[in-house]
Amino acid sequence: MRETRYWTWHIFAGIIILVLLGIHMITMHLDTILGWFNPVGGGAVDWDNLLARAKLTIYAVLYVVLLAAALYHGLYGLRTILFELGLRCGQQKFVNVLFVALGICLFALGTWVTIKFNIIAQLA
Amino acid sequence: MTKKVQKETDITFYIRRYNPEKDDKPHWQKFTVHVEPGMTVLDGLHNIKETQDGTLSLRYSCRMGVCGSCGMLLNGRPSLACNTQILDIAKKVLTVASLPNFDIVKDLVPDLTPLFEKHISIHPHILRGDSGEMLNPTGEFYQSPDELTGYLQFTYCIKCGLCMSACPTIATDPEYLGPQALPQSYRYSKDTRDDGFNQRKKIVGDTHGAFRCHYAGECSNVCPKGVDPARAIQLMKRQLVWDYLKLRRRRAKSPILGKPEGVERIPEIPEPPPFTV
Repeated sequence: MRETRYWTWHIFAGIIILVLLGIHMITMHLDTILGWFNPVGGGAVDWDNLLARAKLTIYAVLYVVLLAAALYHGLYGLRTILFELGLRCGQQKFVNVLFVALGICLFALGTWVTIKFNIIAQLA
Repeated sequence: MTKKVQKETDITFYIRRYNPEKDDKPHWQKFTVHVEPGMTVLDGLHNIKETQDGTLSLRYSCRMGVCGSCGMLLNGRPSLACNTQILDIAKKVLTVASLPNFDIVKDLVPDLTPLFEKHISIHPHILRGDSGEMLNPTGEFYQSPDELTGYLQFTYCIKCGLCMSACPTIATDPEYLGPQALPQSYRYSKDTRDDGFNQRKKIVGDTHGAFRCHYAGECSNVCPKGVDPARAIQLMKRQLVWDYLKLRRRRAKSPILGKPEGVERIPEIPEPPPFTV
């Protein structure tokens, strides 16, 4: 049943990525058409727009959620590929532990960077 | 529709031979067979065994695509030798080998033990919660034609092993339950007379279960009975996910139909024999 749980969350993570990455792509590439996420005007990656978006806590939250979903989705996919190489039971357990540790470390690092930038933007 | 005209011709058979008692590894042996339209690969192999090399080993039984004994790799495709006509798949050369993903007993005879072990592991029979009714039945379990249609396709499996030999996941993970056992698990879980889903989900939702399938679909391509195992595995995945999310529809148990009331038994029809088990 453990695999059912992993796979179900893999699908949920995929749906979250689809939505949040969609928002990211709209922000970055449809800014001239929509302009919703670029309050200052101009290009999406202009410093003032970047700062304006970073001040919004919802943006920081969405990026942390996107990070979590992308890490889970990607690491689960990589785990599946590695398992297909014919890993033995002990090796599979090692991969599980390694990927959980790697995922937590990368998530902590990414979250710290996002929150730090959010705080810097709010103070600016 | 125009009928394809086939002419008799000589076909070169390359057969992969292997005798584990003598050979270190399999080797190819060449035979030439005069083939007439309508001859199956099994006919050709019989011809070789009778006229050229009596030591050739192969397994067969019904000769009509029902028993699933004569699964072989014919020109690189897992097929039943008895319902594959030579001139349909070969113009000059035909390669014949034992099924991949299985050990070889001898020559063209694969060891299907893993298939049957995996099949048994998923409890391929009706499991009921009401053991009293199973031991002392009071009637028949009713099932509507619609309910039967929900799983009927998957009952046609003849356990020939072609799906498992075509499966790329089994090639890398020999413990993977595979496209024979997993569809059978779905077949019984979908059956309205069955209560065994909770027992089976622990096996099919485990590390070597349904979620190892990445839908290559080769099992469905090679199945000689049109079972479509790939579809059954995806349906099994759906059942498992709905169950994990507590959204799986609880279906009503098959009602037990007792003997009709107010009807006299026709005297000429004898009573059924008593239960022996």
